[in-house]
Amino acid sequence: MNGKSRERLLYLLSPIGLLAVWQILLVLGIGDRRFIPAPSDIARRFVMLLASGELEWHVGVTLYRVLAGFVIGAVPAVAVGLLMAMFRPVRIFFDPLIATLFPIPKIALMPLLLLAFGLGDASRIALVAIAVFFPVVINTYAGAANIDKIYWDVARNYGASPTVMFSRIVLFGALPTVFAGLRIALAVSFIVLVASEFVATKSGIGYLIWNSWELLQVDVMFVGIVTIGLLGLVTSVLFAEIERKAIPWKTQ
Amino acid sequence: MTAQRRGAAVDIAGLRKEYRSSQGCVLALDDISFRVSPGEFVCIVGPSGCGKSTLLRILAGLDTQSGGSVRVEAPGWSVVNAMVFQESGLFPWMSAEANVGFGLMTRGVPRAQASERVEAALALVGLARFRAHYPHQLSGGMRQRCAIARAFVTDPAMLLMDEPFAALDAQNRTLLQAELLRIWEDTRKTVVYVTHSIEEALLLGDRTVLMTAQPGRIKRIIDVPFARPRDLMTLSASSELGTLKLEIWRALEDEVNRARLEAQG
Repeated sequence: MNGKSRERLLYLLSPIGLLAVWQILLVLGIGDRRFIPAPSDIARRFVMLLASGELEWHVGVTLYRVLAGFVIGAVPAVAVGLLMAMFRPVRIFFDPLIATLFPIPKIALMPLLLLAFGLGDASRIALVAIAVFFPVVINTYAGAANIDKIYWDVARNYGASPTVMFSRIVLFGALPTVFAGLRIALAVSFIVLVASEFVATKSGIGYLIWNSWELLQVDVMFVGIVTIGLLGLVTSVLFAEIERKAIPWKTQ
Repeated sequence: MTAQRRGAAVDIAGLRKEYRSSQGCVLALDDISFRVSPGEFVCIVGPSGCGKSTLLRILAGLDTQSGGSVRVEAPGWSVVNAMVFQESGLFPWMSAEANVGFGLMTRGVPRAQASERVEAALALVGLARFRAHYPHQLSGGMRQRCAIARAFVTDPAMLLMDEPFAALDAQNRTLLQAELLRIWEDTRKTVVYVTHSIEEALLLGDRTVLMTAQPGRIKRIIDVPFARPRDLMTLSASSELGTLKLEIWRALEDEVNRARLEAQG
């Protein structure tokens, strides 16, 4: 066996090992299967929920809310971050706002957003957008502010207007750090969204988890948790692919 | 490019630059005065910290002087100056082609015309095959060629070069010096070239401005007697160059010793 495939095996060893131990303990009768279902019970329930189309529906709703909120939050965050790096007054204007609002747990805004946007998707999308905004704006600004001084000099010497500066220099110079911010924001958006789906809605993975707790369907609860994990994995792999395409000059 | 057109004329008079910091006021340049004729190749030589890069940045409009005046006259030229930086300053996120075309894009040159000029400039420096490469895929020498193409393509009245070959190995440096001279001799733009190497200044320039450090002042201006076009290989091995170099070293020796004594207090 060569080193590469050995590494792959090792990579799979910890999750498979965990599941195996878990299954064996419950089969041996250690632990109450009504409260802690075995992996096989969860898998069976997972397949059932898929077959009925219920899981797909919740996944669809959750993904829609995450993506809409992500885009609505990330686009202005990138723009503001870049402008903060380019123009001192913009930075002075936004700095205290970001410093004050960033540490507030965004889920604490949920009741306020329900008041403002009602019980539909809009309030949850707004929550995701707000939660996404901060890591993205902070990373974008840091990336743009750290662009090597020589590139500003070159751009100025070669006659770049502020528009060119923004779209060709600052944006691209900051892009690697912007992507770091977007990755964090993606994880954050799942966290706040699922939490928000615990209340005042009848759809989404968060609802599925909370509802099954109320009905004491522990296996469904685990299906929801596993699904979130899988969604996180898939979106972050897709994201890495987009990043690779968007930053072709980044040396691997 | 019309060969008849002559490059920019520069008149620097009583130039002074000071930096204010918490430690007080540092005089970087003091009483700098000289002229550069249209089409002339002037080298500025001095030890590090003599303010030669600052002088170049003031000429480029990237920095402002604290006193004195700088006049650059370039009638009939749409682009007054283009700078070649020490570490190339190529944008890592742009291909060689996009980097070279940057100064045309910013000035609204129509796309078809711009790509024609970029193509010619890349060919001029022998990088036609590498147009789609990103800077990290190019060697140090190729990056500097690319930076030179980026400057020439805008057809500036004056080229400002800040130790453009300092980071290269000796072989590449000689090659690029020869290429620079070849391209320059075809266009006869005004060149102000900053270097810390006396030999480089004598090989390339029509005149050499010798500077001293802290504050940066002009020590001497030397007319370089070598005829053009120059064969750098032959010239660098010639005794005339050696004699001239020695003479300048002697002149600088006192300066270096004085600076060292002052530093020791």
